[in-house]
Amino acid sequence: MSIPLRAEQVADLAFLEHRAKVVDIAAFLDRFDRAALAEGIASSATTDDVRIRALCAALDLLRDGHAERARRVLELWSDHSLEPIAHAHTKGAVGAVRLPPSAP
Amino acid sequence: MLCGFRPRHRELTRMYIDPHVHMVSRTTDDYQRMALAGCVAITEPAFWAGYDRSCAQGFVDYFRQLTETEPKRAAQFGISHHTWLCINPKESEDIGLAREVLAEIPRFLECPSVLGIGEIGLNKNSRNELVVLEEHIALAKARNLLILVHTPHLEDKLKGTRLILDAIRHHGVEPGRVLIDHVEEHTVRMVLDRGFWAGMTLYPDTKCTPQRATDIFEMHGTDRIWINSAADWGISDPLAVPKCRDEMRRRGHLADIIRKVSFENPKTFLSQSANFRLRTPAH
Repeated sequence: MSIPLRAEQVADLAFLEHRAKVVDIAAFLDRFDRAALAEGIASSATTDDVRIRALCAALDLLRDGHAERARRVLELWSDHSLEPIAHAHTKGAVGAVRLPPSAP
Repeated sequence: MLCGFRPRHRELTRMYIDPHVHMVSRTTDDYQRMALAGCVAITEPAFWAGYDRSCAQGFVDYFRQLTETEPKRAAQFGISHHTWLCINPKESEDIGLAREVLAEIPRFLECPSVLGIGEIGLNKNSRNELVVLEEHIALAKARNLLILVHTPHLEDKLKGTRLILDAIRHHGVEPGRVLIDHVEEHTVRMVLDRGFWAGMTLYPDTKCTPQRATDIFEMHGTDRIWINSAADWGISDPLAVPKCRDEMRRRGHLADIIRKVSFENPKTFLSQSANFRLRTPAH
């Protein structure tokens, strides 16, 4: 089943919605940086926070020009280990694993 | 099986099934709104209540709610209600409790609205969760029951999905009798390629949006795949399925395709259980 829309129609239908989402991300990072500055800790560019690092790495991936960005973002944030963990000490998930320094 | 009257064409095109929704957490108003939107059947897997139950008796009471109370609530609005039973993976770390609950399940399997075992699976991908998952799979296989599987959240989903598919294969269960739920872009292909059914959950923030679910249909096809709301006690939307149908319609997809993913596919999978029945309202 292919997409029945032309590219221009895709933009017509959803550009404003996604424009707003990009501004939301920008504002979120600004907010994080204002709070970090007030606390005297690292900004979003250098933070050790797993989530902010994962978000920024995904933003880099979006601009690499390759297909299946959604799948690749989810894989970037995923635990790729193979063995079950010894015990579940919590029920929740954070949203991303700690990325290696080589991550985008 | 569809029994009763012959619905008009417009009603046929509006009819949908929400095959994964936790109505114990929803108000009766939600049943009413779902019926108005065209919902004719739901299936409700056993899940985590938002807190850990203190003993097996807590699950017995829950199973009675699922098999006795909810079918009556749904019937008021012409909606067929079916259920799946298990101890969910979030409460499976305590193997002793899990085995007590597993021992209570067989007597509820005699209830006419029970379709099978679910939503079993993994949460944090721990060894104990895996043990309890395998014991559920063994129970389902021994009784030739359908299985509905929960895959883990967020960063744990990819690993958990792989572990779950391997465990099911290890037990020799026919993949066509297993629905792997909460698939996203990074897990849908492995589920379909191994012959399983796939469920896409339309849930704010942590799962698929109607837009992404429609993208996945366009990229991976519409065979052996369905959509559901998984609406529960969290911020969630019991009308998520009709909203996804609307997204497909906006993009120009044909009515037959929309009906396939929101009605025919769930009906085909669920009809593998002799207990599955559709009720349609009389004029």
